[in-house]
Amino acid sequence: MNVTWLLAWRNLWRHRRRTWLTVGAMVFCNVLLVFLISLQLGSYQMMIDGTLSAFTGHIQIQHRGYLQDQRMRQSVPDAALLAQRLREVPVVDSAAARAEAFALASSEERSFGVLLTAVQPHYEPRVSTLPDMISQGRYLRASDAHEIVLGSLLARNLKVGPGDEVTFLGSARDGSFAAAVATVVGIVHSGMDDVDRNLAQVPLGWFQRVFAMGDRGHAIVLRVHHLDQVDAAVAALRAALPAGESLVVLDWETLQPGLRQAITSDMASAWFMYAVLIVLVAFSVLNTQLMSVLERTREFGVMLALGMRPSRLARLVAMETGLLGLLGLVLGIALGALLTAYLGHVGFTYPGMDDMAARFHLPARMYPRVSLLSLCWGPATVFVGAMLAALYPALRLLRLRPVAAMRAA
Amino acid sequence: MRRVVPVLAILAWRNLWRNYRRTLIMLLAIGLGVWAMIFMAAVMRGMTDEMVRNGLHTLPGEVQIHQRDYRRDPSVVNSMAPPSGALLQALQQPPVVAWAARVRVPAVLASERGSRGVTLLGVDPQAEAPLGSLPQELVAGRFLSGADDRGLVLGASLARRLETGLGKRVVIMSQDPHNNVADRGARVVGIYRARLSGTEERFLYAGRSVVQDMLGMGGAVSEVAASAGDYRHVAAWYPRIAAAAGADLEVVSWTELDPFLDTMLGVQDGFSLVFMVVIFLALSFGLINTLVMAVFERIREIGLMQALGMRPRLILAQILLESLFLLVLGLAAGNLLALLSIVPLESGIDISGVALGMEMMGMGNTLYPVLALRDMLMSTGVVVTLGLLASLLPAWRAARLDPVRALNTT
Repeated sequence: MNVTWLLAWRNLWRHRRRTWLTVGAMVFCNVLLVFLISLQLGSYQMMIDGTLSAFTGHIQIQHRGYLQDQRMRQSVPDAALLAQRLREVPVVDSAAARAEAFALASSEERSFGVLLTAVQPHYEPRVSTLPDMISQGRYLRASDAHEIVLGSLLARNLKVGPGDEVTFLGSARDGSFAAAVATVVGIVHSGMDDVDRNLAQVPLGWFQRVFAMGDRGHAIVLRVHHLDQVDAAVAALRAALPAGESLVVLDWETLQPGLRQAITSDMASAWFMYAVLIVLVAFSVLNTQLMSVLERTREFGVMLALGMRPSRLARLVAMETGLLGLLGLVLGIALGALLTAYLGHVGFTYPGMDDMAARFHLPARMYPRVSLLSLCWGPATVFVGAMLAALYPALRLLRLRPVAAMRAA
Repeated sequence: MRRVVPVLAILAWRNLWRNYRRTLIMLLAIGLGVWAMIFMAAVMRGMTDEMVRNGLHTLPGEVQIHQRDYRRDPSVVNSMAPPSGALLQALQQPPVVAWAARVRVPAVLASERGSRGVTLLGVDPQAEAPLGSLPQELVAGRFLSGADDRGLVLGASLARRLETGLGKRVVIMSQDPHNNVADRGARVVGIYRARLSGTEERFLYAGRSVVQDMLGMGGAVSEVAASAGDYRHVAAWYPRIAAAAGADLEVVSWTELDPFLDTMLGVQDGFSLVFMVVIFLALSFGLINTLVMAVFERIREIGLMQALGMRPRLILAQILLESLFLLVLGLAAGNLLALLSIVPLESGIDISGVALGMEMMGMGNTLYPVLALRDMLMSTGVVVTLGLLASLLPAWRAARLDPVRALNTT
């Protein structure tokens, strides 16, 4: 260890209480940052996974304009065949065709407008988690019979259960009147009111007959193995699509623009708070270092008189700050990781959170997840802030004149 | 004591400026912290207000009256007779400033190009207008002229999706009380735009008597909404309406209709407080540090004062006063900064870049921060209380110094 480092370390402990208070400020800030950033990153991941696995999948292939207008005629030709072909694309985990139409659903006692979603019963469970949330009866089978699965609230509103019949009235693709009867085979209960109030799934083949769709669908829903592969998959799919058709490949950020924006805005407001904390800690460091430089003016004067170069003095102060910051960094990361790991294990909640969480498809109990990024991001920023704060006291030393300094009171 | 306090105050004030650099840095830190506290609280208050406003806009009227089963089963079957007798009287008295009875049933709207599930609102425009429940902005055509207007007003985004437009004919289908499908052709007479596109796609306006005729429900309605002007004070008057409505009807306030909004309002002050305390804790290290150093530099001086007969209590008071001056100056700076930065922003911050994300939370694309006296007072309270508490330790240590030892320290 070189002499300057040793000097810096010893100088740090001349005012033990002051040093510990400054380190304390950094540790407090670092622990908080580690915890909050872990929480944020963890919940973003859950938000994305929760939303995508329930509804949209990672990628969809649709007719151009269908996303905005959802018109019946903006369809994907040969949907089942196309899904079959896309399953062969290497990065694609699974693919399933869907179609949608609004219809008036009537039971014995009630009528409601519903959005009918037609799915491929065999492939749908591989792109969506909803088929696993059956609370009564069963999910659709790989037949094209007149079967339907309803959300629990919709079933309650229609006053139907498994075995009951529901009549549909709507308009078919060619503008003609579409009418059919389907038998309820299962009830989905997801716990998300929005889903349970609206979900109505029927087999694709039956739907295509009733709504005069031929072999068309409205979307091919795809999943990849991991979220990171989405960009690669989009490129591969664009290449694999038949030329000449007006089909577009849409990634989840296009399908769910609100999701990314909700994350961005949450990130922005969180960083406002982090920035304030970091600046306050930087002030604390500035104060400590400035005091420690000022009270040593005479000492520094003597050192200069003995021939030490001012730049070395400045480096000494920078090293002191570096050691101070490092202490805060290490303790902060250690304590932050402990706290976060503990809360990540037992989970926690706060009042009002379940309502908020439900809006973003999050569970009511939060489990922050420790990762390298969440551990280092905040504390590293605090460290940089502390070093920047020490610039002013360190640079002051460059202007120090030995004689004047030794005479200072 | 009366003569001592001014002296102590002068001493504390002068001591504060002995090391003006340290004091200024600390003032800057406190000022910035206080500014951040108030700014964040103002933004949060603005967001909550906006959410509540938007929320109330989609379920207008702070109090709604329904048939007992309607909320669980929003069907035409569960409709109620229009208000009469005691209920009518209660609705026509202050503090109720406006009320309206409407039909609100699920329906399907079909054009020649497609169909959509919607909520059909059969309204009486004259009664709804003072409630503020009608669309604020019409992009084409006109709004309904009265309860027997035979036209339809629909949202711009619904019109686009159904490929229909002003003057076109569409078909509404819904259920009548005997569960027959009732349908009716109607002409689109107006197209509106709403703050949230979800609203635009969902609500379809028609004349109340026309809807009642179509569904064969006579004079019955689905809900009665009433407003007294300020949504915050609903708890004061809605029990009276509930009493007048009788046992067959359910009277609910918006806090029950949208518990999310109510929770948001409830936790908002809590969030602000937590935020303020966290910011203060980050500050407190610097504050304690400053005082510890101030005491450390003056050990001999304090020893001398004690030797000359100054009581420990007065030394404690002097240090606390020094801390108080610092805090109050910082608070003044922070509050001024908050005032200067928030007032120009109160006309709205454009957040349309993340509008879809905000819509998930029920917000429009402009954020209006609200500078509330309550937040300023709360931050002052937090800073002064916790600040003095944090200063107790260094002050206590100074007061307990042994004069002989203190005088002999180098």
